[in-house]
Amino acid sequence: MSAAIELHEHEEEEELPAWSLPAEAVDRIRVPVTLPEQVTREWAWGGSTGAGVRVCILDSGVELEHPLIGRVERSVAVVRDENGELQVVDDTEGDLCGHGTACAGVVRSLAPDVELTSVRVLGAGYKGGGETMLGGLAWAIEEGFQVVNMSLSTTRTKYVERLHELADHAYFKRVLLVASAHNMPVESFPWRFASVVSVGSHEETDGLTFYYNPTPPVEFFGRGLDLDLAWLDGGSIRATGNSFATPHIAGICALILGKHPDLTPFQLKSVLYQTASNAKETAE
Amino acid sequence: MSDLEAAVAAGVLGADEAHRALLQATVEVARAIFGAKAASVFLLDEEADELVFEAVAGEGEGELIGMRFPAGTGIAGWVLTTGEPLVVDDLSADTRWSRSAAESTGYVPKSMMAVPLLVEERALGVLSVLDRPTESRLRLAEVDMLGLFANQAAIALDLLQRARRARRRRPARAAGPRGGAARGGRPRRGVRPHPRPRARASRPALGSEPEVKARRSRL
Repeated sequence: MSAAIELHEHEEEEELPAWSLPAEAVDRIRVPVTLPEQVTREWAWGGSTGAGVRVCILDSGVELEHPLIGRVERSVAVVRDENGELQVVDDTEGDLCGHGTACAGVVRSLAPDVELTSVRVLGAGYKGGGETMLGGLAWAIEEGFQVVNMSLSTTRTKYVERLHELADHAYFKRVLLVASAHNMPVESFPWRFASVVSVGSHEETDGLTFYYNPTPPVEFFGRGLDLDLAWLDGGSIRATGNSFATPHIAGICALILGKHPDLTPFQLKSVLYQTASNAKETAE
Repeated sequence: MSDLEAAVAAGVLGADEAHRALLQATVEVARAIFGAKAASVFLLDEEADELVFEAVAGEGEGELIGMRFPAGTGIAGWVLTTGEPLVVDDLSADTRWSRSAAESTGYVPKSMMAVPLLVEERALGVLSVLDRPTESRLRLAEVDMLGLFANQAAIALDLLQRARRARRRRPARAAGPRGGAARGGRPRRGVRPHPRPRARASRPALGSEPEVKARRSRL
């Protein structure tokens, strides 16, 4: 069941309490207890391929028919029309710099059966990039992707309030935003928001090795060093950066959601915590 | 010219030169620390939406200053627009990039480390280090160190921009001859004056001499 359909069903149940909880309504909000006493990796994603999970790559585009990526379900771009208004249009440009292709390739390598969608918000120049990113993110949230990979950030404070609203909106719509953190002492967004999963890099070579950081704001560390990544023209490239650690965590989240599609973002974050490589009770 | 105006003009010109020297020193130290073949600072020309080579140490020093390319393309452009540092170890695999670099600069690096130059909330440009030795495995500490250098370069770039804005605003009679006395001293390789034609005074572009502007790169 896709997140969009699931959300729609929730919205149709108008009788559910929203702002307060009458005693007689308690039975109507019973929720499943999804976490066992000990959350293991086997419980979390054992046997999952990410099938049924829709992942959005908010980036520079994704090259079509790349051998390391395969099918891209849909490609759109955020562009300005003749009136200067942002529009989301179908895109045939592919990837303008290789970065989105690299991120998509990482997700695919971990979760081979996810459904990938590319939203191109980079490549049109630096000017106006903030609005384009916000437009792409708003579209992705409304589309109800379960996971949105954001290997990008902005330092512009004028975007922070809107970005914060969108991140919170995503959180409540069960759209998980996985965002690259800075490895520099810089105030940038959205990775600093508690409603997203923020990702830095570790130095190990296993894609499924990841760590919870007990001293946030960077909450998780994924594989981000010396990676062979899908790149332009069907090729690959060796690169390093938090940008590539982020789709590792996004891919793991997709695996978990493939097996447990009803997890909310906060439950999913708890599962990540419980299955992190530095969690003492982790059972492989 | 009042004494105050003269003092401000002299101070601005002196500061301009000093800040460019600081920027140059930053890329030279970055190159030396990483044992790299080259290090560069690109400045963002917001109005033109282009990145401009502002300081270069090593390969291309003296030839690349002022060269421009679109701010949203290539490795440096991507680092600027995403705000995220990036290290690429086999640039030759990116055939589009390599071809473009070769055509525009004559130098195709094998590897590139690039970090955005950020001051408060503004992205001013990109610091890049080209062709560091690859015998030893990259460590994240090196990326962190480049980030520290980026902070220093960003401050130098910010000071330089402020000095240039102040210079453009000073009264014409205080400007003196092009490349005035305060600009004097030993000519520095790879660092050249950026005379600002009055007609383009409102543009924040730097290094935008016409013959240079015509050369673009996808670096």
